[in-house]
Amino acid sequence: MSIRHSLLALLQDQPRYGYQLRVEFENRTGATWPLNIGQVYTTLDRLERDALVTKEGDDGDGHVVYSITEAGKAEVTNWFAAPVERNNPPRNELAIKLALAVTLPGVDVQAIIQAQRAASMRALQDYTKARRDTTANQRAGDTAWLLVLDSLIFQTEAEVRWLDLCEARMVQQAQSAGPGQARKTSNGVTEDAAPLNADSRR
Amino acid sequence: MSVQGPQQVLELAKVSRTFGEGSTAVAALRDVDLTIEAGEFVAVMGPSGSGKSSLLALAGGLDHPTSGGVFVESTPLAGLGLNDLARLRRRAVGYVFQDFNLVPTLTAAENVALPLELDGTAWKKARRQALDALRQVGIPELADRFMDQMSGGQQQRVAIARAVVGQRRLILADEPTGALDSTTGQGVMEVLRARADAGAAVMLVTHEARHAAWADRVVFLRDGRIVDQAAAMHDPAMLLAQAGF
Repeated sequence: MSIRHSLLALLQDQPRYGYQLRVEFENRTGATWPLNIGQVYTTLDRLERDALVTKEGDDGDGHVVYSITEAGKAEVTNWFAAPVERNNPPRNELAIKLALAVTLPGVDVQAIIQAQRAASMRALQDYTKARRDTTANQRAGDTAWLLVLDSLIFQTEAEVRWLDLCEARMVQQAQSAGPGQARKTSNGVTEDAAPLNADSRR
Repeated sequence: MSVQGPQQVLELAKVSRTFGEGSTAVAALRDVDLTIEAGEFVAVMGPSGSGKSSLLALAGGLDHPTSGGVFVESTPLAGLGLNDLARLRRRAVGYVFQDFNLVPTLTAAENVALPLELDGTAWKKARRQALDALRQVGIPELADRFMDQMSGGQQQRVAIARAVVGQRRLILADEPTGALDSTTGQGVMEVLRARADAGAAVMLVTHEARHAAWADRVVFLRDGRIVDQAAAMHDPAMLLAQAGF
């Protein structure tokens, strides 16, 4: 998330001072991302250094008010127009953990998957409840918060589905390992997928 | 029957279910302990063949355990004769199946009223309750339609109305959103959630995490055993911390 661009976008709306920017940012994102005020001032200093904002002076109560420059407006336009860059490669601790777990001897991968699944499921329950509660008492400012919640719900659901897939592949791999011990498990996973191992990851 | 603290609507005690015998025997469930209280919504998740549907069938008295006991409102199902079991199923238990099991020659309202009428409720009263149930699932205007005049989503709502009609205290749903698009699927979850919030015990079998997330508690089955459970925390600070905020 770019605090820099978010603050610029809020200044394009109208000139504001640091504390106002923080409050406005939190209102519009459903307070999902608490900003510390120090972060706000540091960012404003950098924006001023880069000539994207200027100090308008004091508002009479001792607050330094900032306004956006033409270069700042162009920066905001470009930010909205450009798709968000994906980290390349995405740094996903869970994926890294499982990738290592399947390649190391003596690691109970199924237990790792289940522990993560329960944790992800718990988060998904909480997001779903938060969404339900917010929808039930919806106020004007909640639209942004609902969008953020939906995003979290979709991400967490994808995580759970991916864990299911990992597990199914593990089971399949265990079943096909060693033809002499082709035992029948009561867990008839019949997914047509390549086993997850060191050779098939790339 | 004694009054206990939190009211247990469903109890499965050390339940096992084995199909077949000898070398071909398959254990569908092994030593499962599970209770669901009034007002509680429990989702059961697990891969295909993990025993989810077997568990639901036992909970509703549609099947009998090989060992262990099933209790609905403290009544042991094993002690009931066929008639008493059928009466309990009609009065206390509502089912929603993946394939809706509706009667094509009856209207929506008639389908919903059917279990009440079978149980001796007068036609007028049964119809009134059926209309109320159809209102709860959002389709009161379709009461007099036949099944072939309704979409899959509408038929599933009728099936849910039939499951919740009257004073059902235990609602059992087996992949009830299987044939539905995601918006309609969410509507089904809203109805089940509302029934739980109104005091019913709800057990949902699903492989969709998005739907299980509506439950208070998620039970994970694998190879016929409960391997884990997840309960919502309802802690906003933790919620946001987990999301990386």
